[in-house]
This record gives sequence, structure tokens and C-alpha cells, in this order.
Amino acid sequence: MVHFILNNEEVSTALPSGMTLLDFIRYRKHLTGTKIGCREGDCGACTILVGEIKKDQLIYTSATSCLMALGNAQGKHIVTIEGINIEGLNAVQQAFSDEAATQCGFCTPGFVVSLTGFCISGNTGYENAIHSVNGNICRCTGYKSIERAAHTISNLVAQRNDADRLQFAVDHKMIPAYFLAIRERIERITVVKSKPTVTQKRLGGGTDLYVQQHEAMEHSSIEFLFDRKNLNGIKRKGSVCEMGAAVTVADIAASAIFQSHFTSLQKYIALVSSTQIRNMATIAGNFINASPIGDLTIFFLALNAKLELTDGKSHREMALRDLYKGYKLLDKTEQEMIEKISFELPGKNDLFNFEKVSKRTNLDIASVNSAIHLVMDGDEIVSAGIAAGGVGPVPLYLSKSSSYIQGKRISASLIDELVSIAQSEISPISDARGTEKYKRLLLSQLIKAHFISLFPSLPLENIIITA
Amino acid sequence: MTNIDAYTHVRGETVYLDDIPETAGTLYACVYGSPVAHGRIRQLDLSEALQLPGVVRIFTSKDIPGKNQIGGIVPDEPLLAENEVHYNGMPVALVVATSVETAQAAVKRIKIDIEPLPVITDPRVAQKNGSLLVPPRTFSLGDTTAAFTNCKYIVEGIAETNGQEHLYIETQGAYAIPGEHESIKLYSSTQGPTAVQRHAADVLGIPMHRIEVDVTRLGGGFGGKEDQATSWAIFCALAAMLLRKPVKYSLHRMEDMRMTGKRNPYSSDFKIGLDIDFTILAYEATFYQNGGAAADLSPAVLERTLFHCTNSYFVPNVKATAYSCRTNLPPNTAFRGFGGPQGMFVIEAAIAKAAEQIGVPASVIQQRNLIQTGDEFSYGQKAESEAVECWNKATSLYEMEKLKAEVENFNAANTLFKKGLSLMPICFGISFTKTLMNQARALVHVYTDGSIGISTGAVEMGQGVNTKMLQVAANIFSVDPAMIKVYSTNTYRIANTSPTAASAAADLNGKAVEIACEKIADRLKDVAAEILKCDRKNITINGQKVFLGKDATQLTWKELVMAAYVKRVSLSEHAHYATPGLHFDATIEKGHPFAYHVYGTAITTVTVDCLRGTYEIDAVRIVHDFGKSMNTIIDKGQIEGGLVQGIGWMTMEEIVYDAEGRLRSNALSTYKVPDIYSVPKLLDIHFLETSNDNLAIFRSKAVGEPPLMYGIGTFFALRNAVKAFNPASGIGYSAPMTPEKVLMGLYTSGND
Repeated sequence: MVHFILNNEEVSTALPSGMTLLDFIRYRKHLTGTKIGCREGDCGACTILVGEIKKDQLIYTSATSCLMALGNAQGKHIVTIEGINIEGLNAVQQAFSDEAATQCGFCTPGFVVSLTGFCISGNTGYENAIHSVNGNICRCTGYKSIERAAHTISNLVAQRNDADRLQFAVDHKMIPAYFLAIRERIERITVVKSKPTVTQKRLGGGTDLYVQQHEAMEHSSIEFLFDRKNLNGIKRKGSVCEMGAAVTVADIAASAIFQSHFTSLQKYIALVSSTQIRNMATIAGNFINASPIGDLTIFFLALNAKLELTDGKSHREMALRDLYKGYKLLDKTEQEMIEKISFELPGKNDLFNFEKVSKRTNLDIASVNSAIHLVMDGDEIVSAGIAAGGVGPVPLYLSKSSSYIQGKRISASLIDELVSIAQSEISPISDARGTEKYKRLLLSQLIKAHFISLFPSLPLENIIITA
Repeated sequence: MTNIDAYTHVRGETVYLDDIPETAGTLYACVYGSPVAHGRIRQLDLSEALQLPGVVRIFTSKDIPGKNQIGGIVPDEPLLAENEVHYNGMPVALVVATSVETAQAAVKRIKIDIEPLPVITDPRVAQKNGSLLVPPRTFSLGDTTAAFTNCKYIVEGIAETNGQEHLYIETQGAYAIPGEHESIKLYSSTQGPTAVQRHAADVLGIPMHRIEVDVTRLGGGFGGKEDQATSWAIFCALAAMLLRKPVKYSLHRMEDMRMTGKRNPYSSDFKIGLDIDFTILAYEATFYQNGGAAADLSPAVLERTLFHCTNSYFVPNVKATAYSCRTNLPPNTAFRGFGGPQGMFVIEAAIAKAAEQIGVPASVIQQRNLIQTGDEFSYGQKAESEAVECWNKATSLYEMEKLKAEVENFNAANTLFKKGLSLMPICFGISFTKTLMNQARALVHVYTDGSIGISTGAVEMGQGVNTKMLQVAANIFSVDPAMIKVYSTNTYRIANTSPTAASAAADLNGKAVEIACEKIADRLKDVAAEILKCDRKNITINGQKVFLGKDATQLTWKELVMAAYVKRVSLSEHAHYATPGLHFDATIEKGHPFAYHVYGTAITTVTVDCLRGTYEIDAVRIVHDFGKSMNTIIDKGQIEGGLVQGIGWMTMEEIVYDAEGRLRSNALSTYKVPDIYSVPKLLDIHFLETSNDNLAIFRSKAVGEPPLMYGIGTFFALRNAVKAFNPASGIGYSAPMTPEKVLMGLYTSGND
């Protein structure tokens, strides 16, 4: 049984916990405001809000219900467009109507839900309002009217100051009043921890599994990992950062530890999928999926992250870079799962950069991505880690390239040499994300981009002419 | 007035096809599409699929009671494959089951043995093999051969535009409910209810009057549901009739992308000749249109390519030939602009290439040749032009010289980033180019409580046509808009409709509504004159009150309506409108096919990251000829949305088929449309009110398709930025300008 609150109604269901929340909402509860556009998290038409108590606060985040398992709704408040309707239009709806930010209307509930999520998220500012809808695709408006509506809303939210988020939102007609009692109602939900006797699938956020194996998931007995306490949390232990396997991209973005050690963190995170997906996608999911272009995988390969695996009985440690044996082939048994990820936090003399180019800059899969981690002593490279995605069958750690530049000083010619060594380590193929020739050129450019970004004072601009 | 549907849209209460409450016993359909692009069917094995519990029946072409034919212009497209398959995804069998999951699972169990035949995906190869959908057509004006001998500059080249996936967020779908007397009620997400009705009648072997097609609205269409919605509706109708059960089919996105056609890709040759003063003296173009495996709307799309092959310019000597080429891809189809953008891109490429070779900015050639009132298009119609006015307004209002200087200064100061600028004038003809389609009907009822209901042939798909219809009626009756409801588009109420396409729905249907309302209003005024015992000429209705001269009388709208009913005066009207003055003779390719043209000019500036090959669109500044807009907020939305769709086509939207004709960009993860971050940072639209009389409804010019073509400017702005970084770049005239093409263009040199 799965127990949760759907809008203003307590729900207990014995339906398969692996069915998508989208199907449950639309076809079992007949709440048709939540739309189906793609069933792969790429359009946002099925966006819902997920409310849960975290750190003693009722927090709402957005999610694409097409990729969310019914079982992952356990103990939470699930909000569809119907659940934010009030008498007349709510503030977001009014802004959309006033600005003609809806044309055919099919994507509109998704946008309205996302932006309502912004209203109660605790964030403020126009940019954050736009971030909240960056996983929503509209084919009619060209987004300009949606931008105007977001302006209106962010101005309204800016008046909140220190007021309670939910109370303010209710007072300003952003959400219905029943939200104020949700916290208590969530606390009353029975906690059922039933682990299936035979586990056919382990599930994190579902952002990959539900794209690839949508039908199989519904009929599998699933071990839900997403909300497990021991798989969550980001901690610092001395100079080491430890993360649970179910930490999401959004958790990383919000982490004070990450923010203090990666000055451009938000810039990198903005290149990784969308707000909705970042709220759901787990770090271990990204690793285990073994996509050659996994953004976080590339990020943590350069940082030489370590994994702790368990099969339920014993534990073992391994380097992330040793996990990949071939295309979607892992050094891991069926029973094993990642429990913990750790890495040495970059110190004062460390430099880090992440680059990604895709057909569309945001909410797209990389043509090529790359990360670099350098430990510097003056202008000498003490040690280096360079990773690249989209240029081989697995996410690549460029070991030859990384070791070649160790102990050397940064110069235009060193970068040239590095680029040609990197070329010898990769084997890209032509596909929908680009031709082989392009991917080779692109990786060279991204390596150059690392150095130009990390050493803005060095006269490196000329290296781009030498291609 | 904002869109009348906004209220239910924002609350998630609008009912799209998949939201219609289902009748008990509804079955679900799923199509089995050919796994290969070309071949002969040796054997189709349904046995395993049929064994799956919940599978009700699987239909093949043998089960069709009527004709197995859905071709609109040319009867060359079977609903279900018989002996051969012509594209990957071509429907071969139709599974009907008790649940969507079962239907999908059954499709996976169908086995087929196909003898492979050669696959052609390139239109030029098809043309060489003589594989054409219809005979080629040529538009000509003057004598290009003679004119080229007088040209100071002659430039030749190749230009290509890729296809474009419509990506309406609501996928294709239909729901059929069988009725009495062999009738079918057919809910369809279609732009062309009559096309659905006509072809369904043919396939089912029953008369059209038994098929009620009902369309409330679409979750986006863009041309993709003009002809391509038909087959899904017929699948449902066929199964519903043969099983006597309601049958529904709402396509999965990947089915939709794989099995439906897209904007026609084109590969074209051009030759342009200019005088010493940059006057274009001659232009020749040969268009190779990738039509896909069946004609669908491609011949009509091809025709519009020819109509718009000289865009917004007057060229005295033109010869344009177009081949509609049969390939092994899904039948390509209508998409906003309907061949016009493809034709306009080629002459813009020709001008850009000529400018580059001569060493002047393209804008110099563009401006020199803008079409003026009285100039003749290659098809014989004389222009009533606003081209110069739009251009001049844009360059002055937006201070073109200053913008140019800003770009030049930026480029001189920066290595890692370069900016590019372009101007894009547009000219788009309004009317269906098939003259007979320029007709429409409206049915208006006034009920005894004074409320009003309107039915037309127009389909609401986000463009706001229902709002405009309502405005027409509200204006003529002078009543509160809340008194009016616009009904679904239904073939039982309005017969023989033209599809909602060609930007013409508001004009055609709006005029019909206008006529119907005026006739009722006239009768009401007669009644009022009788009641008030005064001269009929002095009576007006204003704000739901009857006026005598300047003075309001005691008689209200509601009372007047009731009085008319009591006097047995008709409160309903069915009106017909046909655009006057249209004619076109295809034997000589001359005539007057368009009611009017829409003009405009866009100035686009972009910034290219020369390290990564990525780019941003800084600004698009537009002066657009609206005539006199009847709804500025809706029309502005059309310009913004059309532009961004055009930018998508020119930049990131890349359809990839492999050599076997398999769609590689088959999902939203591999086919990218603009998101909120990729739109122009600044988008300025100036409403140019033009005073020439036109045939538009309330003189408010059609606005659906023209703005898409402003997006072409982005291609040339990006190209200019690439050239600023690498003047020797080998970057050609092949859209879309993906980050890949930009990066390769930045770092490779050679001939284009």
C-alpha cells in the first residue's frame, strides 16, 4: 500500500507501486489537468509539486510525474493543477491570463504548477522564477509572455520578506488555504516500510529507469531507495565530502559544502537537465546508468570520487573511474548497490571547471562534456584530473592526458600538447548528438575552454586560433 | 481581449482529446508500423499478438470495407499497407485491445517478414531516378537567359533547409463512438474535420453524412494536424464501426514522431544575377522537395515555395522549377509557412552569397530590391506592397546604423565572442493557393434569453481564432462577450469546411460570422422599428440596448430578441463567404491567388561563443504589417511564437534520419525545440498600421504564418558572426545552424 495526500485528499492505494504517478493521477483519479507530452521528463506538461517534511520544514519541489513512481509518493503531499485551484484564478493563473501566456493551453498547467512551486519554494527573484519553469516546454508562445507573467509573480513574491511562505502564499491567493494544514496531515500518514521479499528492481528518482523501462517498472517489485535516510545527506569529514547515493542534483546545488568549494557551482548545475529532473535525479543513478555523457559522472570522475558498494552483507570501496568496464558494463554484481560517494574537497590551491555543449544549452544531453581538476603550486600543475563524456563508450577519465600535464607549467604549447594527447584517448562515434569529427573538435575546444576559464589572466586567447 | 479559453487553460480544466470522459467499454488502438523503410511484405504473423489476453482484434488492409486510400491531393496513400511498405513506421496493422498497455504489448509481438527494397532518403537522388510525387512545375517571369547576359554579377550556389517536427505538445489522437444507423461520432485532434470525414467515409464505405467529426480544440497543430490527423481518426472509426464499440487512440510521443510527416526538407540550386547598382535582374532556382513516401500536402507546399521564391523582392526575370520528390520517409506535410519559408531561405542565401562575393552587406542588396506597389510577382499578381515602409520603419525606429556600429565595435574588441547582424524582410500571401478552398460558413443562433452561439469551420488550436470569432459577433451585435459562446467545430453543424490553415481561418470564418450576424441584426432592427414605430434607418443596437438616433430607448437586447421570437422572426442564420477576386490558372501558372500580402522586417543580432561554438540571440526587432490588428495581445503572441518557432527551425531543431530511413531524432531527448533560455533576450515588435484596404476581417491582417519567416534572419546573423571570426570559413547555406555547424564553420576554411 502507498499512502499519501493528493491535493486535498488522503489516498491509500494498493495499485502497483511501480506505476507512474502520472498514470495514477490521470487515469485512476481522473485528474486530467496534468498532461502527457513526452513521458520522458523532457516537456514538463505533467509537472506536479511534491511536498515533504525535511529538516522540520514542509518543503515543496517540482517533479515530472511521468518519471515518478507511485511508490515514491509515499508519505508526501502530491499537488496537481487541480490542487492549486481556488475560487477564481490564483495569482499565477491570473498573470498567465493577463499576459496571454497561454495559447493552445496544453503545456499551461505544467507551467502554472512549476511557477506556483516557485511561489512557495522560499526562493525569490525573477531569475529563480524562470528557473522554476526551465523544464517546461511551450511550442506556441515563444515564452515572452511567460517571461512577463513570471515578472509579475516574482514582484509579488518579493513582498514576502520574513512572512511564512505558505501563509503568505495563501494570503496572496497563490494557493488554497488547505495547504496550511498539510504538515499535520503528512505527519499522520502511516509509515509503511515494506521491503519486497524478492526485489526485481532498485529505484532511486526514476529519471532514467522510467525513460528506458517504463513498462517493466510497473510490473516489477521495487526496492525504493530515494527516501532512505542512510542514502541521503551531504557531510564533510575533514577534507573529505561524503554523500549518500540518493543525493539529488538539487541537493548538491543547495549544499553549503559544495557552494563553498565550487565557486561556479550554479553555472555547472544550470547545464544539467531541468529543475524538475534535478529534484528527482540521484547521483548514484547517474553513475549506475553508465551513460557515456552523464554530467555528474564526468564531474566526479575529474574529482577522483570513491564509491562504497554493498550487497547487503559486505562492503567494498572502489574508485568511480574503475566502475566502467565497457559500454553500459559495470564492475558491480547484480546484488551490489552504491551506498556512499566520497571525494577530497578542492582546497585553496585547487582549480575546477566543468564544460558542456549540447544542441540546446539547457535541458539537453551533452554532445561532449568535460571536467578538470587541477592542484596548483603557483603556475605549476601538481596534479590533474580530466574527464570527458560523449567521446567513448563510457564516461572517460583521461588518464594519459591528466598525467602528462602533471609537474608542468601552464603555457599555450602545453595546452596544445594536452589536446593532441586527449585526441589519442578518445573514440567518439557519429550519432544524433553530432558527428565524430565535431565531437573531436569540440573536446579540444572544451579543454581549451577549461584553461581560458581557469586562468583568465594568462594570455591564452590565441590558442583558439590554432585549431 | 485575452483568449477566451485562458480561464480554463490556466486551471487545467480545458478538455483535450485524451481528457474526454470515456464511455464504458471503450477499447484502445495501437498501430503496428513497418520496421523498415522500403520492402515487399512476404508474411505478416499476428498469431502471438492475438494470444495476448485483452487483445480484441487486429485489423489489416483486408478488413477495410471501403477504399484503402487516404491521399488528399493524390490518391497514393493506403491507410494500411497491402503488399509493400514505403517508409519506416508505415501502418501495417491495427491492434485493438481492452487497455492501452495491452495494445502496445501486442504490437511488440507482431512479426513481419519483409523483402528489402532500396531505400532513398535524398530528394536529389529520387529526382534523378524519376521518382516524383507529381509532375514538376515552373513559374517564370521575363527571360532569365537573356537577363543574365546583362548582369554585372552572377552568383550560383546550393541552399538547404532541413525538416521540422511540429512538436505540438498534444500528440495526435482520436476517439470514435459508434451510433445508430451506421453512424460514427468522431472526436479528432484535427485541423481539417472535413478531410477526416471525407476519408473516413471512403474507408468505411459509408456516406459522409453519417460521420460527425467534432473538434473542440487542439493542443497545438502548426500544420501537423492538417492532413496527418486523418489516419488516426480513421483507425478509430474503422475499429469502432466493425466492433460496435468506442475506440480511442492517443499516440505516444515516439509513435507520433516516428510515424508522422514533418516540414518538407529542401535542397535547392540558385543562380542570381545583379546589375552594377545591385539591382537583381535575374533569378533562377531549382527546388528539390523531400516529399516522403506519399503526396500528402507536398504538391501544395511545393506550389507555395514557388509563390514565395522571390520573398519580398521584385525580380523582373524569374525562372523557378520545383520537384516534389518521392522518398522513403513518412509523407512530409504542412508546417506553418507551408513551403514559403523554404523558398524564401533560398533567395536570402543567394543574396547573402552575392553580397559576400561583391563585398557589400546583404542589406544593401535587400533594400535595393524591395518590391513596390504595382510590381509583378512571378505568378502575375501585382503587389500592393508595404515592404519599403516596413523596412524603412525598422531601420529608422531601431537605429540600424547604430546597431551595425555596435556589432562592428564589439567584434573589433573581442576574440572569443563575435556578434552578427542580419535583416530579414518578409512577404507572405494570404489565401489558400487552391482557390476553391477560400470559402467558409458560419452558423449563428440567438437564443430567446439573448445569449448567442456560434459555429464555424475554424479549429481553435491556440491561435485565438475562437476569440476573434467571438469579437466579430460581439462587435456586430454590440453585446457583452459573456453573452456569446463559440461552439466546437462540427461537421454536422458546418459542412464542407476548409482546414484551419494558410493563416486564413480568421478571415474566412470571421467574414462568414460577420455576414450571419449582420443578417440577424438586420431582422432585429426591423422588429425594433416595428415596436418603436420609427424609421428602421435610425435604429442601432449598442451595449445591449436599442438606440433611436443618439438616444437609448427602453427596449433592451433581451426584450428585442424575445419580441422577434414572438413575431416568428428567425433568430438563426447560416452564412456563406467566398473571398472575391481570386483566380489562378495552373496551366500558365498566372493569376491573382492571394487576397493580400503581409509584410514585415526583422533585425536580428546574435553572439557566438567562438571557443565552444554555442550562441545566444541578443535581440530580434520587428516591424510588422498588421493592417489594423483586431486583437493586439493575441496577434503579438502569434508574432512571438511564430518567430521562436522559426528560430528553432533555423538553429537547434535537427531531424536526423539514417541511411535506412530510420528516425534517429525520435524523442524530445534527441530533437530539441527552443526552451525558455534559448529565445531572444530582447524581442521588440512594432505594430505597423497600414492604411491600404485589404480583404482581412475588420482589416486585421492574417498573422499565423508570416512571423515564422523572421526566424530565417537568425541563420544569417549567425553566419555573419562566424564569418567575422573566420572570414575564410567554409560555412555554407545549410540550415539548421546547429552548434556543430557553427563550430565546424569557425574552424574550417574552404569553399561553400
